[in-house]
Amino acid sequence: MDYHTGIVGGLIAGVLARIIMLRLDYRQYPTYPHDVITHIALGFIASLIGAVFIPALMLKEYTAVTFLAVAAEQFRNVRNMERETLSKLEENEIVPRGIDYVEGIARTFEARNYLTIFTALVVSGFIVWLGWIYATAVFVLILIIVCYLKTGKVVGDIAEVVLEQLYFDGPFLKISDIYLMNVGYPPDREKILAEGMGVLIKPKNDNGRAILHNLGQRQAIVHTAAALLGTKREVGEPEFTPLARKNIDTGEIGLFILPLEKDFECLRKVIERTPVLESASRKPLDSKAGRIAAD
Amino acid sequence: MEIETKKVILAVITLKPELVAGGGAPVFIAANREEQEKVAFYLSRIMDAMVHDLDNGVMVIVGH
Repeated sequence: MDYHTGIVGGLIAGVLARIIMLRLDYRQYPTYPHDVITHIALGFIASLIGAVFIPALMLKEYTAVTFLAVAAEQFRNVRNMERETLSKLEENEIVPRGIDYVEGIARTFEARNYLTIFTALVVSGFIVWLGWIYATAVFVLILIIVCYLKTGKVVGDIAEVVLEQLYFDGPFLKISDIYLMNVGYPPDREKILAEGMGVLIKPKNDNGRAILHNLGQRQAIVHTAAALLGTKREVGEPEFTPLARKNIDTGEIGLFILPLEKDFECLRKVIERTPVLESASRKPLDSKAGRIAAD
Repeated sequence: MEIETKKVILAVITLKPELVAGGGAPVFIAANREEQEKVAFYLSRIMDAMVHDLDNGVMVIVGH
């Protein structure tokens, strides 16, 4: 039996899937042209591994299968590679992403390579077993599942964002009773009041509260806001650092930023569309104790 | 995260010298509020640090 069509079909399907998944990455990660090439190349190798898996099994080439498993190990390095690159770039970020966000992105890249292997494997298997038409249908189905999987929760799902006035209580910058920082130089206070923006992020339930409690999640929100709206924070001017602090009584987050574009609607959209990090995701309401504690 | 780094008082600018004693940071005595603010601002920009007001005539420069 000829397995070549299966291998080629699986390979094409895998690479296509990787390209589509790469396109969905752009908001999390600045896709530099060279990075795109790196990931497509890795996606190609991943697809190849997936595509030859079933033909190798059917030809009873068990040694080959073992080697493929060893090759798949290599994809662990993708995660390390992304983590290292992003952590190094982090040192020069004025408003850093935070380790949780970096870890989340690295994990996503690793997982997407496994998804590529899986796609290539399934598609090549279907080509060998049932032929082209079924394989195409399965490919489309996998893509739909992948697209569904990658749309994780966003902050807008777990919390509501409202505009709130910043004010000074003596030297203390506050927002709705949340202490943000002590600003000693009066002209800076005036600048903050005139150009700064404050919002309250109100969790919708206890799950949301637990997620926003996570510092990495807050840093991710602050980073995204600063990246998209700009920030007047500069090296040596810590007064204008965007901050997200919690109201310890209610769990609401007060966010302060001195943006270049002072537009509340934009800020609200940016915050609402920030992904909920996997490492921050918590669901106390799924436990009995959590539900009892909630009321 | 940037906020959790060690904080150090780099300088103290005071209108009332009697409120400040000992410690590791240099103390600058200012004659009036304007001078205090000016000195505090200069020092903060020189050291890439932030001015904090203790609200009792004492300002401190803190490196974050």
